[in-house]
Amino acid sequence: MTRSYYESNARARIDALLDADSFHEWLPADARVTSPHLATLELPAAFDDGVVIGRGSIAGKQIFIAAQEGGFMGGAVGEVHGAKIVGVLERAVRDHPAAVLLLLETGGVRLQEANAGLIAVSEVMRAILSARAAGVPVIVAIGGQYGCFGGMGIAARCASTIIMSEEGRLGLSGPEVIETARGVEEYDARDRALVWRTVGGKHRYLLGECDVIVPDSMAAFQQAIIASINNGDAWTLAALEQEHEILSERVQRFGKCKDGRDIWRELGWAEPDAIAMLDNDEFVKAAQGRRAK
Amino acid sequence: MTIENLKYRFDNGTPIQGATAIVGVLGSGNLEVMVEPAALGGACEIEVSTAARGFGTIWQAVMKDFFTRHRAGDIRISVNDAGATPAIVSLRLDQAIETFKGQRKT
Repeated sequence: MTRSYYESNARARIDALLDADSFHEWLPADARVTSPHLATLELPAAFDDGVVIGRGSIAGKQIFIAAQEGGFMGGAVGEVHGAKIVGVLERAVRDHPAAVLLLLETGGVRLQEANAGLIAVSEVMRAILSARAAGVPVIVAIGGQYGCFGGMGIAARCASTIIMSEEGRLGLSGPEVIETARGVEEYDARDRALVWRTVGGKHRYLLGECDVIVPDSMAAFQQAIIASINNGDAWTLAALEQEHEILSERVQRFGKCKDGRDIWRELGWAEPDAIAMLDNDEFVKAAQGRRAK
Repeated sequence: MTIENLKYRFDNGTPIQGATAIVGVLGSGNLEVMVEPAALGGACEIEVSTAARGFGTIWQAVMKDFFTRHRAGDIRISVNDAGATPAIVSLRLDQAIETFKGQRKT
């Protein structure tokens, strides 16, 4: 049976993706390193503050991993939660594992923790870049129910590689936030097709923001992770300048588009509405030469 | 939504062997359960931290049923709850004991 990545929680993902019995958890649940802010507010606090971190191996290669639990406060990043991810990345700078794997599922900053959460997210971004500067690839996987939003959406884009499933979503402001700020006429967060055309895995793949798109199965994510370990974007000044060039071209080319469909048409898809119906293999094949990157 | 802390102790259980286990997620209508080995002279101690206040007698009944089913001693159970129903709580407790004993993975 193929296990769904989408339906699994953080611990089940680690269990399925890593080599059997290779996972060693840092600051496990029984260490009870919980959020002091939630305690002050008398809110329930998870034993692991919603993120599971540690080391293990995948296809025999030593990796460090952090897996966010979307089920706990939407995977939101609090002070402890963020510090745990930063710790993994800083340890990678010191110990040079084959890769750091971040299984992201988050709405962004945990608002209850306000500035501490914001600072935590910015520290995660800096730590991702530090790890890459030290030559350690940082691989992000996104395929959970809550997507990857807010500051962590930016953090994800700091990584060497992003792997997504069609079900995954990657963005800055989440759909509800956009609707609240700009009105339902501008963006209807309940329109699932619209949401996926804006932030869904296929759209991110076509824009070139997601490097690999996979079907929603643990085996597919695992294969993609193994293939990405030595295959991510280089972290050099030239690569950064090239990325900036791609982004300014993108504004030129797609700046007037009102919808994902308009972008897809511009990319050469004569029937953009057919994209949603393609299965993963058909989609990847059809996307050759029709992506922005 | 302030939390309520509840404590239960059941004596004269049969000591069980296992390794610290955590199951479930602290999400709406769900709970996380951690089981740790503890030298309690055969007792089972349970500590519940719940977002739903005022359900102490129901927790007492659910925990008593759980202890009657397993009679598991020398363990400490810690629960973080976000409003799970009694049936969900019972299933999670059973899952936690099975995981603790190594019968199955989380």
